[in-house]
Amino acid sequence: MVKAVLHKANTRGHADHGWLSSYHTFSFANYYNPERMHFGALRVLNDDTVAAGKGFGKHPHDNMEIISIPLKGDLEHSDSMGNKTIIRKGDIQAMSAGTGVAHSEYNANKDKEVKFLQIWIYPDSKNIKPQYSQVSLQTADRKNKLQQIVSPRSNGNEGVTVQQEAWFSLGDLDKGQQITYDIKRKGNGVYIFVLSGEVTAADQKLATRDGFGIWETNKVSITADSDSEILVMDVPMEV
Amino acid sequence: MQTEILIIGRNEEILQTVVRLVNNNPEWIGTGAATDEEAIEKFHHHHFDVVLLTNGISGEEEKKLRKIFTHQDADIIIIQHYGGGSGLLQSEIREALDKRKAANKPTVSFTDDALKNAGPNINK
Repeated sequence: MVKAVLHKANTRGHADHGWLSSYHTFSFANYYNPERMHFGALRVLNDDTVAAGKGFGKHPHDNMEIISIPLKGDLEHSDSMGNKTIIRKGDIQAMSAGTGVAHSEYNANKDKEVKFLQIWIYPDSKNIKPQYSQVSLQTADRKNKLQQIVSPRSNGNEGVTVQQEAWFSLGDLDKGQQITYDIKRKGNGVYIFVLSGEVTAADQKLATRDGFGIWETNKVSITADSDSEILVMDVPMEV
Repeated sequence: MQTEILIIGRNEEILQTVVRLVNNNPEWIGTGAATDEEAIEKFHHHHFDVVLLTNGISGEEEKKLRKIFTHQDADIIIIQHYGGGSGLLQSEIREALDKRKAANKPTVSFTDDALKNAGPNINK
């Protein structure tokens, strides 16, 4: 039987540190809700806004797949693997923290804020050698369709690489556009996060920043009720 | 009463970060151990409520540590910490402590028992 979970935007956890405003779909840092721990392998979905010139200083991670998706502005990344880069809207970044990596993420601009999604998924193997990948994609290639932005290492398809049987896609849909998403692997579920606009997914109406997870099905129908941008995350339900 | 947490991890920088973050919570006391030997030694000489396994511990090492710790203390909570930083630490530990509390909670309270036993004596 198909199962589903709805996380309305206004029920997310929120932290306001002055320089950082972060909305947490799942328990993170001081936000703890035992009902909101994860959706399968998807553990963190943070919707972050960082003030001009501010950012996350150098800090370590291990055994986690960390995906950053800039939505507005520019993010300056630096890590202990020697990567130093700026990611912008259209770019996707993934780090496999493995045995341990230290990184910093700063707003590259001194005069405007940066908005980005920070997403963590559990890896399917622990203590691997840390890895970094980044791609620049044409946003036009997601017009009225889904553009794959994340895929597993074994797949070699479009998007950044993660150490998990997970696939992410972005879509920019005009009002009335209907698409069907086929789940890529048996045992996976899909978590849909609405970046803007309103959509109906599997008969569930969703507004901006709502999240909707559905599993024990092999496809999901999505209709744009207004011009909309969506992120579709296809992840294993067993971790 | 404070919760005593033994944190085991191979990456010194991450271990120190996790110990510092645990100790930021006034209800928790974190102690770090970088090797299995150090962890076992500390566990033998001090009571811990939770063992937090962080980075670099192989499946075999984890199995061995779990066996040793549960042999000494069958009630010990052993959890895997992912991420190596502040993001998940609070919720992982709180979730484990909540589960322990729920498991130890009696299914029938003394109040329930008293009301049940008094039932036949209540005049309606």
